[in-house]
Amino acid sequence: MNAKKTIEGVFFLTGKDFANVGVASSELKAILEKMGIDHDIVRRAAIASFEAEMNVIIYTPAGMMRYKITPDHIKVIVEDIGPGIEDIELAMTEGYSTAPDYIREMGFGSGMGLPNIKKNTNELKISSKLGAGTTREFVINIKKE
Amino acid sequence: MKLQELVDSLSLEVKTAPSNLTKEVTGGYVSDLLSDVIANSKKGNIWITLQTHQNIVAVATLKDLSGIILVNNRTPDAETLKKAEDEGLPILVSPLPAFELVGRLYTLGLRCQ
Ligand SMILES: Nc1ncnc2c1ncn2[C@@H]1O[C@H](COP(=O)(O)OP(=O)(O)OP(=O)(O)O)[C@@H](O)[C@H]1O
Ligand SMILES: [Mg+2]
Repeated sequence: MNAKKTIEGVFFLTGKDFANVGVASSELKAILEKMGIDHDIVRRAAIASFEAEMNVIIYTPAGMMRYKITPDHIKVIVEDIGPGIEDIELAMTEGYSTAPDYIREMGFGSGMGLPNIKKNTNELKISSKLGAGTTREFVINIKKE
Repeated sequence: MKLQELVDSLSLEVKTAPSNLTKEVTGGYVSDLLSDVIANSKKGNIWITLQTHQNIVAVATLKDLSGIILVNNRTPDAETLKKAEDEGLPILVSPLPAFELVGRLYTLGLRCQ
């Protein structure tokens, strides 16, 4: 592993751009794999970033995903430009979804995305302002044995 | 078990990436909800679904699934085919409904693992 280095980068996400679904999280996953990071850590980072990416694409006009990989952890910050989440606790509830029908027809909207992020990360912070957008930041520890 | 054996035993139609039928199948997962597949499928699983949208390729690639079987003779979207070909992900089609198909996969020895 490139243990001494910190690697950073950013991906831009466009709302309703279903042709590029998963591109950002797949690239992040490939970077982590190339660094030789433990498979289970890579899997968790890929799941969390994919769910965050999907939510930006489905619910917002645009956003970006920044990542920072240090020897200790993977930190991902995903920001979007709205519409914001009114009740974050409610949104975090398993099964809660406001996905419209055409989104559900594509297989989204089980209300499992945010809970999936929570389950696969060591830290998760979400802040949101109606009309302004949502920022979620999560950390996955890279364990050292 | 290799994907090719599933294709032969169940007369699946191979829509994409025929050169990757040598992939090993570790087990199977059935769901039409993408977040469910993301949460619960395992690396190398074959995924049984009726979803035909290109998002299924993104999910399968993310989770390193061995392939996707579409049930009920569903036709994958053109973008799905292109994306799957680019990613080397086999998409297979069965005329059977999910219940019947999964029963046969189980009989062939596949488990949810
Ligand atoms: N970035 C966001 N901006 C605005 N609302 C959001 C955003 N992310 C999530 N939400 C709201 O939170 C709800 C729950 O999100 P979550 O990802 O858990 O489930 P989902 O996207 O509805 O379904 P799934 O992720 O299982 O396909 C969404 O239905 C939506 O109302
Ligand atoms: Mg979601």
